[in-house]
Amino acid sequence: MEHALDITLTVNGTRVQHRVEPREHLIDFLREKLGLTGSHVGCEHGVCGACTLRVDGQIVRGCLMLAVQANGCRVDTVEGLSDSKELAKLQKAFHEKNALQCGFCTPGMLLAAQDLVLKNKKFTREEIRQHISGNYCRCTGYQAIVDAIEEVVNG
Amino acid sequence: MKAPSFAYAKPASLAEALELLARPGAKVLAGGQSLIPSLNMRLSSPELLVDITGLQGLSEIKASNGAVRIGALVTHAQLEQSPEVKKHLPLLAQAVPHVAHTAIRNRGTLGGSLALADPAAEYPAVAVALEAVFEITSKTSIRRVDAANFFKGLFETDLKAGELLTAVEFPVAKPADRSVFVELARRNGDYAIVGLAAHNDRFVFLGAGDRPVQFSFKSNLEEAKANLKAILKPPADLYNTSATKLHLAGVLLERAWNTR
Repeated sequence: MEHALDITLTVNGTRVQHRVEPREHLIDFLREKLGLTGSHVGCEHGVCGACTLRVDGQIVRGCLMLAVQANGCRVDTVEGLSDSKELAKLQKAFHEKNALQCGFCTPGMLLAAQDLVLKNKKFTREEIRQHISGNYCRCTGYQAIVDAIEEVVNG
Repeated sequence: MKAPSFAYAKPASLAEALELLARPGAKVLAGGQSLIPSLNMRLSSPELLVDITGLQGLSEIKASNGAVRIGALVTHAQLEQSPEVKKHLPLLAQAVPHVAHTAIRNRGTLGGSLALADPAAEYPAVAVALEAVFEITSKTSIRRVDAANFFKGLFETDLKAGELLTAVEFPVAKPADRSVFVELARRNGDYAIVGLAAHNDRFVFLGAGDRPVQFSFKSNLEEAKANLKAILKPPADLYNTSATKLHLAGVLLERAWNTR
């Protein structure tokens, strides 16, 4: 721990203080130090989107951000947004439309989709596809995921 | 993979940042959207990361005196939402949505992308096409470099040790200017196989050489295409041969030509 630094951040509404190595990614910090394993780790180089988180209200890649960079930030994960019921509509739609099979991509997919929901306007299927193009799903072929998101954003 | 060990500092002032950057093994960390993957893949092993995101005054977009000055820390998302960029820099505005995905655009920066000088990235070609001027700050001076002279080769720029790219100035587009940005990628947000930033007679290709490759075509399309074929030698990548890329560059030239 030769380069370790103290960080303070707010995770899902709770203030958290920890000593971390600069090399530690935010996603690993959340999963391993805080036990928040809802967000997944896939490719570890920003391609797959499984680690999508919300930092200060904006979606980011949890594997492309260091925990030290989140010092002073507000971090929301799939756990917090489930507990607050913010994701409830999307989760229901994903369930009903069969928009997941193995579920590995789902936490990241929900965070990316919620980013569209918060824009409070209608989107075409093409725009939805474009928005989730940074989130890979290897099971569904995306059709059902687009169906589920479309139902929530377009009512 | 996980990144190797390094020290981290987040200076509050430019002077402090430049001081830290003068240390051996120091590297700039801005949005980190290219640096962190390269750390994760252990392609890079700095001793110290100097996080410049705490510096004031590098995150602004300002239009004045016929130019738009964009701070190095302005993110892709900021560019995407900026009315100044939309109004004055249509070429840049067209290019931004091609840069990766929302989650990456929220953190990646203009300065980071330009300083990295990935030959397949969008901004270097846009900067060359628009004849942007780069502001480079060191402990002792501020110097200005034309975009065309900034890119020296594969991931190689005019930046010297202890220097920081602090802002970029783009000339405001005139009403008669014609700008088109087009690129071909296998999936939305992927790096381009080949791309083209066209501004009036200037055509700058990305993904077609070790840096942005610039042409000036004033004649007709057929002549321009023949010229392109004779001169452009795009390097093959994992999926596309040089011949494929050359063909695709011709396709883009025609598309840009017809929509200018």
